Amino acid sequence: MPQKIQMRLASNRVDTSVVINRDIPAIYTPGQIISNQNEFLRGHGTYEENGQLKASVAGVREKVDILISVRPLKSRYHGKVGDVVVGRIIEVQQKRWKVNTNSILDSVLLISSVNLPGGELRRRSAEDEHMMRKYLQEGDLISAEVQSVYSDGSLSLHTRSLKYGKLGQGVLVKVFPSLIKISKTHFHNLSIGVSLILGTNGFIWICPIINNTEENVGGFVQNLEEVVPKSIRATMARIRNCILALAQSKVMLFDSSITYAYEESTKYTLAELLLPEVMADVALSTQQKLILSETE
Amino acid sequence: MLILSSEKTDNPARIERTYYLISENIRIDGREREDYRPMEIETDVVSHAFGSSRLRLANTDVLVAVKIEVDAPYPERPLEGKLEFFVDCSANATPEFEGRGGEELAVELSNCLSSAYRSEEVFNLKKLCIMKGRKCWKLYVDILLLEVGGNLFDAVSIAVKAALWNTQIPKIKSINVDGSNIDIQVCDDIFSCTKLDVTGAPLMVTVCKIGDKCIVDPNAAEEQCSVGAVVVAVSRGNICTISQTGTGSFHPDTFKSCLILGISVAQRLEDSLTETLGEIKANQDVGFLK
Repeated sequence: MPQKIQMRLASNRVDTSVVINRDIPAIYTPGQIISNQNEFLRGHGTYEENGQLKASVAGVREKVDILISVRPLKSRYHGKVGDVVVGRIIEVQQKRWKVNTNSILDSVLLISSVNLPGGELRRRSAEDEHMMRKYLQEGDLISAEVQSVYSDGSLSLHTRSLKYGKLGQGVLVKVFPSLIKISKTHFHNLSIGVSLILGTNGFIWICPIINNTEENVGGFVQNLEEVVPKSIRATMARIRNCILALAQSKVMLFDSSITYAYEESTKYTLAELLLPEVMADVALSTQQKLILSETE
Repeated sequence: MLILSSEKTDNPARIERTYYLISENIRIDGREREDYRPMEIETDVVSHAFGSSRLRLANTDVLVAVKIEVDAPYPERPLEGKLEFFVDCSANATPEFEGRGGEELAVELSNCLSSAYRSEEVFNLKKLCIMKGRKCWKLYVDILLLEVGGNLFDAVSIAVKAALWNTQIPKIKSINVDGSNIDIQVCDDIFSCTKLDVTGAPLMVTVCKIGDKCIVDPNAAEEQCSVGAVVVAVSRGNICTISQTGTGSFHPDTFKSCLILGISVAQRLEDSLTETLGEIKANQDVGFLK
């Protein structure tokens, strides 16, 4: 029996905020005066007008000595060396792939910074350049690490580790980059049979846990035949909906917040998790659980 | 079908498409094949229009406004008023709409709407007649796409129906005919208006074929993975227009089951819409800036 189609009035919209008695940092809006004094250094996200420092983006103030900057709440991804990102190949060029990583400029993945099949220290010949589309083609998703940042802010990626490479069957979820908590590892195997890659660029990859017993082929082989069982699919869909619920209520995303949200969501059915009030409830109880575990 | 979100940056690769294939009755967001995403609707959002509505279906956002003008009827249909659809694709929705980018989609949408509204049983244009062969009301239905997140046809048809439901046509006080000059006096009381009868206004259901299964209410990613889709416009349980989009072909049996699915889903949509519109009170606060 299909679900009833939910149609609501905008005046009955659900409030999604989950702030519970915490110190909320002041949020500056564009044009708001940050400082009237002259002793400051103008940082990112600010501008000077009539001797006053004003915010040019909506965000929170950051102060280092006299350098004042405003960090936007919502922006594209600004990469840093060492970040784990998930990206999509958009173009195959000579000696490089162009990758969309949700940053202002497209990132590049050089052929010299991937592990090609057949050993790490293999010479890269012209043949390899012809074979590039065999390895990664347009539309493929990869996980990678930021190798360096060019002067114009665009990123150079690398996949020189077994954990990086082409992604197989799964779901991509996009959230704001600022919601991803930077932590020691961004690769998580949850005990519920789902593996997560929390890309710092706001792209999250959800896939079934793969038992990697095959020999090293540089991460370019995908298994198209394998059918993901229904129970795993349901878990993945639940995780996806939990992440979106947390993102909607602006709860930071990391392994424990996602696991808590998953636990809290089990009292609802999968289809119910798309309803705004259920999403808000999941986010709220996750937030409470996070605060409890912090104080313990 | 026009693929909307930038093909270059957002084209799911073969492997992801494999995952989207739905052999089990469970989609990436946990819905079943016949489930809709929750939507949000409001009416009377444009103060200077005669009727308006806004619909948000997940990431799809549509604003519809109805404007009215006095016009001369077509000579071959002296007893009927006029109804015209115009679709505007805001470049805010997707970068592809910039310049003339959205034109093809706009024409496709407005053609589909006008062919769905053509029949007399669907929408009676005779109610819009003021004076036989001389004067009639002309309704301009302006549709603005603010955001595109899949399933445009359904969203637009629901929003249009809600806007027409909301539309108020001024009452005519007197008509003075002086040779070829016709002077129409509209009632002074701005609250004495007639409402349109929209019980038959069609709702469109996009039935999308992914792999060998059919789904309704596809999101943007599912739309890209589909081989083709049938848009079924349904009015009072009868099909009034069918249009096929996409490159794929349908087996006659599949096609038939798509149509049957379309009719049953449209009935469910109709029920929900009627219920929701019934909840709207007069002079209700306008919601989305709450």
